[in-house]
Amino acid sequence: MKVIDTANNIAALAAKMARPKVISAYPITPQTTIVEKLAQYVESGELKAEFIRVESEHSAMASCIGAEATGVRTFTATSSHGLLLMHEMLHWAALARLPIVMVNINRAIGPGWSIWSDCNDSIAQRDTGWLQFYCSSNQEVFDTVIQAYRIAEHKDVQLPVMINYDGFILSHTSMPADIPPQEEIDAFLPEYSPEWKLDVDKPITHGNIIGPEYYMEVRYDMHVSQMKAKNVIKDVDEEWGKKFGRSYGGLVEKYRCDDADTIIIATGAIGAEVHASVDELRKKGEKVGLARLRVFRPFPKEELKEIAENSELIVIDRDISVGMEGAMATEVEATVGGGIKQFIAGLGGRDVTHKDIIRMYELAKENKDGWYSVEVE
Amino acid sequence: MVSIKDLPEKEYVLEGNAACPGCPITIALRTVLKALGKDTIITVPASCSAVIQSLYPKTSFAVPTLNIAFEAAAASASGIEAALHAQGKDDVTVLAWAGDGGSYDIGLQALSGALERGTNFIYICYNNQMYSNTGVQRSGATPYGAWTTTTWTGKKEKQKNLAEIAMAHDIPYVATASIAYPTDLYRKAKKAKGIKGPKYMEIIAPCPPGWRFDMSKTVEMARLAVETGAWLIYEFENGKITFNGPSKGIIDGSREPKPVEEWLKMQGRFRKITDDDLKEIKKELKDGWEFYRKKSQIF
Amino acid sequence: MKTTISYPTKAGMGKTGSWRVFRPILHEDKCIKCWICWVFCPESAIKRDEFPKIDYDFCKGCGVCANECPVNAIEMRREEK
Repeated sequence: MKVIDTANNIAALAAKMARPKVISAYPITPQTTIVEKLAQYVESGELKAEFIRVESEHSAMASCIGAEATGVRTFTATSSHGLLLMHEMLHWAALARLPIVMVNINRAIGPGWSIWSDCNDSIAQRDTGWLQFYCSSNQEVFDTVIQAYRIAEHKDVQLPVMINYDGFILSHTSMPADIPPQEEIDAFLPEYSPEWKLDVDKPITHGNIIGPEYYMEVRYDMHVSQMKAKNVIKDVDEEWGKKFGRSYGGLVEKYRCDDADTIIIATGAIGAEVHASVDELRKKGEKVGLARLRVFRPFPKEELKEIAENSELIVIDRDISVGMEGAMATEVEATVGGGIKQFIAGLGGRDVTHKDIIRMYELAKENKDGWYSVEVE
Repeated sequence: MVSIKDLPEKEYVLEGNAACPGCPITIALRTVLKALGKDTIITVPASCSAVIQSLYPKTSFAVPTLNIAFEAAAASASGIEAALHAQGKDDVTVLAWAGDGGSYDIGLQALSGALERGTNFIYICYNNQMYSNTGVQRSGATPYGAWTTTTWTGKKEKQKNLAEIAMAHDIPYVATASIAYPTDLYRKAKKAKGIKGPKYMEIIAPCPPGWRFDMSKTVEMARLAVETGAWLIYEFENGKITFNGPSKGIIDGSREPKPVEEWLKMQGRFRKITDDDLKEIKKELKDGWEFYRKKSQIF
Repeated sequence: MKTTISYPTKAGMGKTGSWRVFRPILHEDKCIKCWICWVFCPESAIKRDEFPKIDYDFCKGCGVCANECPVNAIEMRREEK
């Protein structure tokens, strides 16, 4: 079925089709329409699920944890300050190895209040143990939400997954998307079978005190599982491609990288824009390509090492780790060993067009980089 | 009316746990779980109870237990209940078992939300009137004049009344209890189990190291709290408040409460109160009884 | 997959009877089997048998049972070293 709809409505549709049994969410701009849509689905009977109308995002994640720990698939969504408020519980969900799936609409953090897109909210969660995807189109949002459940619930992974996309640029913008029929989604996404759960016939306690002699192994297991997730992500994307005719390159979407002298690394909406910049630059004879980080956690070290072999890298961060640099640039540089150009752009929703990206490419050629439209023009 | 010898023998709080000797929490939980039985899932926020379970990979609680962050007991309970309901397992009781810290203060928002949403669960606050687990700091439940490690010269404010706040949410059942009256507590927990919707209970839990009294006197303190009227035990159901045990006579005037000094002087945390403090405490108690006297005439 | 899952067991903290300074001794000739000691034991260390049976492996010696016994049938005696 072909639709033309906003990323939020499409995310809500994907969440519905994944058949969660419990949804718990708190409204925040620009996520609100997801919550509203899901409430409509539940109240109309289209989605047979319990909808917990919590009183805060912290409680949204706490109740998803309670529900998932009791053996059911759950879903939630948030943005910006809401994501920050649930930070403690993000750590909790990951350490509890609960495969919760959450959509986060990237939105800048205040004060002052900004409702426009940037990635500081999700970047600040990179240490939590959640897997992180960044989507560039409404179609990708749909596909990734379904894939996320397969990945999260995989026995080698068992970790929660966060799917990010830009506030307003995607969340409130209509784009076409192809929606597979429910039976095909059901075939792709079997019923949830928890690795552990609260069961009165087999009582266990989760989360009591754990001494230093045991704790490190729990952390190590999480880390190993995220590493294993790399292959799971690739396999699931490949299977999706075979079934539905679309895939995204696993962890990194490569566009015109094969003979590129320079590769631009970006995510989300900026990542989408880079396609147009690459095409325009190529017409002028510039050998440039795009490596769009579809997945930020687990960090795609292998893919980046590979593209760095024969190309210069330019990283565009829609975030800043204050006191250091753009977080993605730091991680790319740590992986490839230096010599990258890095731009901070689009914070607080400042527009980044394909022409801006071309300008950044030109600046990089002049050996300039830094804060685009602030320090460097 | 069940008597002590009729209470079920099965234990869900196992021996060899990490509670202090004479702990009121394990006394309370033993009785509550006898009333609720094996088909119970409990969620325990950061609190003494989180420690009492002993250390991974062992636990001293024999019902499925979800430990959760300090402020999130009621929210996680909403999640557990929703998941059970979605699976048609409505015969399983969800119990949030939290201290006064996780209920009066940091957990108040989540509690209010769960009550207002109508979550079908029992929320029990075991109240030792301070943050016991972290070393006896004051909480919103700490009474006027009490010493704690953050009120070295005695708390200057009186405590909140969380049972009143729960009643203001218009939920089907609110009850207060004392570990010194186990059959009353058992009856209340059993009644709560049979009611659909949110139920709130609060149990006074005198803490020997926190209140500074001999560990053998825990139950005696819990009895004296009621006999002096410092703690009222009652039920609020169908819009009506009913007092139980000694509280009944204290409120309707047929029973003279024991002088509160008897209770205060047994506790090291009130050792330094002045005569003015004592006057204030007595006035506060009298005002409280008068409030409930009037309330029981309207409700 | 590793996460903090613990299994119910007695002796979570070992044999907590080692915490004791005083041990409760029940004088059966005085006992009226009201089971008040049993209901109030914070440790679940008193079992219901013909008479209350104290499990000395776990009894922490708090003395609540002795304090609550209505007929003073329980004596708290200092443990010998």
